Amino acid sequence: MNSPLKKIYDVVIVGGGPAGLAAALGARKSGAGDILIIDREVEAGGILNQCIHSGFGLHYFKEELTGPEYAERFIQNIRSDNVDLLTDSYVIDISPALQLEIISGHYGYLSLQAKAVVLAMGCRERTRGAIRTPGFRPAGVMTAGLAQKMVNMKGLLPGRRIAILGSGDIGLIMARRLVLEGCDVVGVYELSPYSSGLTRNVVQCLDDFNIPLHLSATVAFIHGRDRVERLTIAPVDAQLTPDLGQSWDVDCDTLLLSIGLIPENELSTKLRLHMDPATGGPQVSSTLETSLPGVFACGNVLHVHDIVDFVSEESLRAGQFAAELAIGMRRPSDNIALHAGANIASCVPHSLSPDREQIIYLRVKKPMLNCILTIGDRYEKKFRKLIPAEMIRITLAPEVLDHYFGDNLKIDVRPQEVAE
Amino acid sequence: MIEKKHLVCIGCPMSCPLELTIVDGEIREITGNDCKRGEDYARQEYTAPSRMVSTTIICTSGLWPRLPVKTAAAVPKGKVMDVVQALHALKIAAPVRMGQVILDDVADTGIAVVATRSLPLLEC
Repeated sequence: MNSPLKKIYDVVIVGGGPAGLAAALGARKSGAGDILIIDREVEAGGILNQCIHSGFGLHYFKEELTGPEYAERFIQNIRSDNVDLLTDSYVIDISPALQLEIISGHYGYLSLQAKAVVLAMGCRERTRGAIRTPGFRPAGVMTAGLAQKMVNMKGLLPGRRIAILGSGDIGLIMARRLVLEGCDVVGVYELSPYSSGLTRNVVQCLDDFNIPLHLSATVAFIHGRDRVERLTIAPVDAQLTPDLGQSWDVDCDTLLLSIGLIPENELSTKLRLHMDPATGGPQVSSTLETSLPGVFACGNVLHVHDIVDFVSEESLRAGQFAAELAIGMRRPSDNIALHAGANIASCVPHSLSPDREQIIYLRVKKPMLNCILTIGDRYEKKFRKLIPAEMIRITLAPEVLDHYFGDNLKIDVRPQEVAE
Repeated sequence: MIEKKHLVCIGCPMSCPLELTIVDGEIREITGNDCKRGEDYARQEYTAPSRMVSTTIICTSGLWPRLPVKTAAAVPKGKVMDVVQALHALKIAAPVRMGQVILDDVADTGIAVVATRSLPLLEC
């Protein structure tokens, strides 16, 4: 599986999931010489390998693929592009001079020099500790993604009678998956008044199998000393406080958590990169370069995406820009700062340049109907419906930006004014 | 008789809200879709709802003990559990290559089932 390694690489990519794979292809396309992907798993592909359902690739490949198919196409490409792949290996440190320290299952301790580094570590799931659910601490409480790996890759069932807290996409997908595997899924409980997963997943994963989705409800207590036996479910008020007076109990042996994702930025914080508290990822320029020159970031480590196709698109660009830097090509620095304004939860990148088309990804704070999104005073777009679960992608032509030199640009979304 | 039916397109993550205008059991108009896929989905869902099925089958001596598979086309919605049960009765030996046909006709649907990844032999 592992290639013979060199001591110096043009581009080293930390993480071999969808972001890292696309970054490698982007780097190759822009003329980087030696390229290395490092991944801690036994094979590349990341989360895609356990996402066996279809729905991936409609934007990128113009056809509907399952996760493993999407990954394998990229893996075939990096093989034919002679990208080195080091699996079963963990990057423990990166110095500001881009020296990487690695612990490898095959080679032991390793040290490599990179001319550019792409951070593509992805994200991990929030666990019970993050929301401090009251109750006992029995076996049978786990994240939906862990259950997904158990079922789809290892052939193990997490339990028989399943409740799911949180309506993130992985939780919804696992609700259907476990029904197909013969489990009872008693319900999905979501704190917010709306689903945090994509509507189509509510339709095809819950509605198709008559699995109830309880909005504005949460798990107020976990019962069972050795194994989960029962949950107390309580509705929540507008301040998200559980109303125990109206609670009810459900019997189950397993509680899956699908309550959000955290970009996995231990290396970024060790490097003291400037972070964006709204995304949980590094601040990046329009070339996806972090505050440390030569270090780029893309995919879920930068900000949590909901569509892998956008991860691939973003990461191809990160790889291209990393390669350009490694081979000595420098683009002009950005001269426009970009800020999240009214009703915007987060936006990436954090600065823009008028020297080429810019791609901006953003999320709104709350569901909104019939609204107008504006960027500065020269760009506006109308939307029928915007929801936090769906990331919005905007492209800006250079002409829109070329007279904002040195400015701060704000993105706002406002309800559309009704014309009299 | 004119009736309205509301569906959510599952063709892509956009999840377009669809409104079908049905006149005497025939679709007269479909609105709300951003692309052709939505119109196709609305027609299919109204006349003969169908779903892609993906699951895993037991794989012996592979890198992982399960091989992910999918139906090569959507199967009738009512047949989904039959398809899954037929697949769960199977066993295959590694190595497997992506796209390999595992079954020509699953649960009398006339639809094939293919492997969705390559699975090498487990190196010991």
